[in-house]
Amino acid sequence: MASNLFIVVVGCGRLGSHLANRLSRAGHGVVVIDRDEQAFRNLSAEYSGFRVEGDATELAVLKQAKVDQADLVIATTRDDNVNLMVTQVARAAFSVSRVLARVFEPTRKPIYRRLGIESICPTSVAAELFLESMAATRSLEDSA
Amino acid sequence: MKVLIVGGGKPVYFLCRTFLAKGHEVTVINRDQQECVQMARRLKVTVVHGDGSDQRILEEAGAHGADAVLAITPNDQDNLAICQLASLQFQVPRAVALVNDPDNEAVFQKLGVAAFSTTRTIASLIEQRTALDEITNLIPAAEGKVNITEVRLPADSPVAGKSLRDLALPAHSLIAVILRNGQALVPRGDTQLQVGDRIVLITLPVNHGQALKAITGEES
Repeated sequence: MASNLFIVVVGCGRLGSHLANRLSRAGHGVVVIDRDEQAFRNLSAEYSGFRVEGDATELAVLKQAKVDQADLVIATTRDDNVNLMVTQVARAAFSVSRVLARVFEPTRKPIYRRLGIESICPTSVAAELFLESMAATRSLEDSA
Repeated sequence: MKVLIVGGGKPVYFLCRTFLAKGHEVTVINRDQQECVQMARRLKVTVVHGDGSDQRILEEAGAHGADAVLAITPNDQDNLAICQLASLQFQVPRAVALVNDPDNEAVFQKLGVAAFSTTRTIASLIEQRTALDEITNLIPAAEGKVNITEVRLPADSPVAGKSLRDLALPAHSLIAVILRNGQALVPRGDTQLQVGDRIVLITLPVNHGQALKAITGEES
């Protein structure tokens, strides 16, 4: 990843805070948005980015987080629809060049790919890893 | 027409009643089981319990054959997802979303989803009621290609006392409704205009100014 990107992370839960901490430590400019102030406790002491308390489906909150200047927007909330809306709004209203959405429901992927939204489905990713791990175990057994 | 409504509360209840009264076939999707039971008891609608932004629920509710989908939940993100699924996955010809944040109206339009904001509508109604100006722009229709304007006939109006058929209204303009003493009437050629009438005028932008001038007698 190029250095010194400006990245907006939506949602400061386990995944959002983890990403924000890592990206901040790697030297990127980071803003985290969450509607619950308590969620910012998940950020580490080294996190040097900004925190915006608010609902990211409100246009004014995205403006406050300076989404218009972002190189990348990552939407990690628990709600698929929030993630899909925020990433689409980031592209259409703020011309953000790259967006990533966490989407739990795997059947939605094709539609949003058509709309130009890159999505990552934790369920599919985890399933792949489990299957790979199982295959590795089996081949170990086979060779034994 | 087959209408699919996603949402809950009184707005959905009364919308259903309105659509049913007009002879439309209505299906409602609601997340709250209690409310689903209530609605099924009180109205002649098909009720589906579940998340309206879930493809399977939309399918179960007959999205494939629907003529229109109306997404009016309190969450803009859900309304957007519902309308996008309806038009992209189920080819529903008309999908309309309620936006709770009025700023999202323009954004949704950009994303190709027809949207309306009740906040904006109510705010503009209130402004109209309190406006001192005699001319109020009601709504731009057809993406601004048509103006609907309300005009109060001033005391010195050149058209007061004249019948509609004697008016020199420019082409592409129409007096659609006259509001007189709290009554709305659809005028005919022999209807006479009176001072104090509120006229609902439909014009195209090209001669909007001329039409207004013909009625108020002023430069606008």
